[in-house]
Amino acid sequence: MLKEKVTFTDAKIQLQHGAGGKASRKLIDGLLAPYFNLETLNDSAYIETGTNKLAFTADSFVVNPLRFPGGSIGELAVNGTVNDIAMGGAKPLAIVSTLIIEAGLETEILEAEIKAMQEAAEKANVAIVGGDTKVVEYQKADKLFIATAGVGLVDPRVNLSADRVKPGDKIILSGPIGDHGITILFARGELDLEANIQSDTRSVWPFVSRLIELAAPGLKWMRDPTRGGVATALNELAKDIKASIVLQEDAIKVRPEVRGACEILGLDPLHIANEGQFIAVVAEEYADKALNAIRQVPGGEDAAVIGVVEASERHIVLARSSFGGTRAVDMLVGDPLPRIC
Amino acid sequence: MKFIDEFRNPELIRKTLEELEKIVEPDDHFRIMEVCGGHTYAIFHFGLHELVPKNIEFIHGPGCPVCVLPPGRVDEALSLAEKHEDVIFTAFGDVMRVPGKNGSPLTYKAMGVDVRMIYSPLDALDIAIKNPDKKVLLFAIGFETTAPSTALTVLRAKELDVDNFFVYSNHVKIIPVLESILAQPGMKVDGFIGPGHASVVIGAEPYNIVAEKYKKPVVISGFEPLDLLQSILMLIKQLKNGETKVENQYKRAVADEGNVRALQVMDQVFEDRTIFEWRGLGGIHNSALKLRPEFAKWDAEVHFNIEKINIEENKEARCGDVLKGIIKPNQCKLFGKVCTPENPVGALMVSSEGACATYYNHMFSTMSQ
Repeated sequence: MLKEKVTFTDAKIQLQHGAGGKASRKLIDGLLAPYFNLETLNDSAYIETGTNKLAFTADSFVVNPLRFPGGSIGELAVNGTVNDIAMGGAKPLAIVSTLIIEAGLETEILEAEIKAMQEAAEKANVAIVGGDTKVVEYQKADKLFIATAGVGLVDPRVNLSADRVKPGDKIILSGPIGDHGITILFARGELDLEANIQSDTRSVWPFVSRLIELAAPGLKWMRDPTRGGVATALNELAKDIKASIVLQEDAIKVRPEVRGACEILGLDPLHIANEGQFIAVVAEEYADKALNAIRQVPGGEDAAVIGVVEASERHIVLARSSFGGTRAVDMLVGDPLPRIC
Repeated sequence: MKFIDEFRNPELIRKTLEELEKIVEPDDHFRIMEVCGGHTYAIFHFGLHELVPKNIEFIHGPGCPVCVLPPGRVDEALSLAEKHEDVIFTAFGDVMRVPGKNGSPLTYKAMGVDVRMIYSPLDALDIAIKNPDKKVLLFAIGFETTAPSTALTVLRAKELDVDNFFVYSNHVKIIPVLESILAQPGMKVDGFIGPGHASVVIGAEPYNIVAEKYKKPVVISGFEPLDLLQSILMLIKQLKNGETKVENQYKRAVADEGNVRALQVMDQVFEDRTIFEWRGLGGIHNSALKLRPEFAKWDAEVHFNIEKINIEENKEARCGDVLKGIIKPNQCKLFGKVCTPENPVGALMVSSEGACATYYNHMFSTMSQ
């Protein structure tokens, strides 16, 4: 697939280069990938070994605070890795993890996270098989960073590629969006706001597994909309497939608490991070089967078809409101910042 | 969600649109300025520009305080924090990405300067109280919407006798800038959608000058799609009848006399600056607020020796002409090429509520029409 050539000219690396939006894409495509003779770098790749195809992924986790309603960094590290593997259509098998610990961290805090990792791994039926541990000077890291790599066995029935996505294909979203990002924003305690929400961190493999069982031939593309949210994930797809993606805004489920927080802070739920949802693009004739597959698995009841791929000169994401208004949904630039004045 | 869902009701929206279609005749052409950046954002966010009759043209006004901030103000405050290790720079999220000469507050933060995002001016005062060995600089910004909360914070600092808290005021006033636009030659606006939030504070009465002296109708509006459509309908009705009145569609939030207590504290703490340089519009008399001499102790401009940083605006940038309704954002030579939301050259590209940034972000949906 031919892509526009990106060059990276910024003199310094800024926070926005790591925020998962446009600036991150520029850094990766313009500076990192060219050195490895690749067009782009993704967080996962396929490796073929004889008869088996493996999904091989890398991820890292930096989150403040370490613990938040509904999860913690340890749980995120396991679920995030499992989900990256699952998005490759693969059954998660094993994870190795590297801990980078700031000197002075209380053992109790570290132990709680290791326990969280073990529990999440057990729940996701994946083994943590090794890793590395480093301790850096006080203030040279923020308490605890976790980096992981994971492998999974690709289901031979799946063939995932943006190249297969065609106009008419349906966009399916597994459930309500924005829970994780808004939970973290609130958990930082900088806002005088409280809400009864928690992170959606979970393994999405059970849903994907069922989806493969029932709709593998029609399953074309999957992505977990973490940083940058649904908007960023779908904008990347639109650019890759050179088509537009048209969303039906009222089909996208957003909990009232998340919607309220977004209204108050001037944020778009489509830009907010998720840790337990995924987007699947399926052929129109498989849409019902795919939707049923996800809904059959406990926790997947809110899955919905949220949009469709349309042939267009403009490779963008549009959202249509219930009263017929249309807006373009851009990628996130940097981190979402509240608007006050 | 109360106060949101009923103002996004598809049935009511359809009815209002039908009424608009009925009243607007083919030969009509109405140029309506939504003064407030929040309205600009809402119009594009809900796609209202595509839903209203084609002969209603939106002209995007100067009501985004981040956009009209003179280049150099952010640099001045940031360089203070950079030079003095004991200075903490605090500002709303809106300011965090405003590009200065050497980067935005976020850039400075990543470089180790103590930059903190706040959600209310009181947060900044709180930081000052908790860090007595530091000097906390509040980069205060906004129209009359946020000026009262800054004023209250200064009063609180006085009450608690906090002596390490300093306000760098960039507060501006809505009526003087409207008058400045109205007085410009070539101004093409037929009527105004009055800002919702600023009017909660100042009320409806100050807009009488627009209706009486400049003979243009004003309708103060809320921010939901139905609010805006109703306001547009009210404006068009006035224009069709040759009326020039100030009307208030946003009665659920805006009282005619405004918020008397807020106006009082604002007046107690602030006074007019003789002249303030607006990005894209130039100097406007009595259009901005500074702390009164009796609050000099908390005035950053008095306490610090702030080096004035003047940044030449790009001569090719036609922000002023966009604000006057003479050109559309995409008719400016710089638009989308040199001037983008990631690298804004002109004022209106700076914040997501700026006319050009909104236009840029949503242009694709317009162009596909």
